Amino acid sequence: MAIRAEHELHRRRLSRNVGLGVVLVGFVGVIFGLTIAKVSTTGAIEGFDHVVRPALVEAGE
Amino acid sequence: MSDATNISHDREASFGDYFALLKPRVMSLVVFTAMVGLLVAPVAVHPMVGFAAILFIAVGAGASGALNMWWDADIDAVMRRTRLRPVPAGRVAPDEALQIGLALSGFSVVMLALATNLFAAGLLAFTIFFYAVIYSMWLKRWTPQNIVIGGAAGAFPPMIGWAAATGGVAIESILMFALIFMWTPPHFWALALFMRSDYDDAGVPMLTVTHGRKATRAHILAYTALLVPVSMGLAFTSIGGPAYLAVALVCNAWFLKGAIAIWRRDEVQAEADNFRVEKEVFRFSLLYLFAHFGALLVDATLRMTGWI
Repeated sequence: MAIRAEHELHRRRLSRNVGLGVVLVGFVGVIFGLTIAKVSTTGAIEGFDHVVRPALVEAGE
Repeated sequence: MSDATNISHDREASFGDYFALLKPRVMSLVVFTAMVGLLVAPVAVHPMVGFAAILFIAVGAGASGALNMWWDADIDAVMRRTRLRPVPAGRVAPDEALQIGLALSGFSVVMLALATNLFAAGLLAFTIFFYAVIYSMWLKRWTPQNIVIGGAAGAFPPMIGWAAATGGVAIESILMFALIFMWTPPHFWALALFMRSDYDDAGVPMLTVTHGRKATRAHILAYTALLVPVSMGLAFTSIGGPAYLAVALVCNAWFLKGAIAIWRRDEVQAEADNFRVEKEVFRFSLLYLFAHFGALLVDATLRMTGWI
């Protein structure tokens, strides 16, 4: 049997592969949406990195 | 898999077969009741978080469905109603159903915990365990009360939805649980009365087989009578309202009337009109549950818009 780019197996399993692909893309969408929802309802977020944080600097300092 | 060559190609599973493993029709009821539980809760939930919570509750329900199909493949193969399911039909291997069930169980519980809170996730984990282990593996083949106790598994979703929003339990969520819990036995026994031969052939101890059909009719009436106070009680909690009260009054009167009619009939009468009353009550019981939860949603909307 000659080697072909597309095996008969690929055609047979197309529906499964497309279905799984749609589910995975949907899952990415859900996680992304959840992230946006959670971050935007938590309120202002300050990162603890190497930046001057004015909120910690007392007045008059 | 070493014996992959033995799989005949025309019976290979499609995506739809894997989806069928998750019992989509049961899932639709779970989605609906969980959504109502989440929406009537006194704590507002971000729409995206609410959507994700219901999605993961549905996946958890699907996972327990897959575990049930793995365990019950031998029963399903005998019963006319279930013999075309993916596992008994030979399209999905039993091991595959088990693996999908276990994987999705873990996935749904972890994801619900991340999306909402640990309490809701714990409740979902318990529901999956209850349905797959306590109901499917233990009670279903052992006692004719299987329907009664197994009904608890189907009753948890609104409680999980409520917990996803509030992080706890309340009298309202317990009553929503009790409503489905008390509704399940008359609903299924009405079905068992006219789907007679199936459960007999499979050797599942249904009340109709172990205690006779007359006793089943009496049980339907008794459980319906117990259902009425639960349904009416919910009307006077914080989530009840005029729409719910009206729906509950009408539905309970109708359901009780149907249950009395079933109780009064004997087998000769039932066979003479091909189980007309039993089929009617079964169909109405589906509407009964949807109407109750739908009315809770209507009252929640009325409260939100300031009408009541």
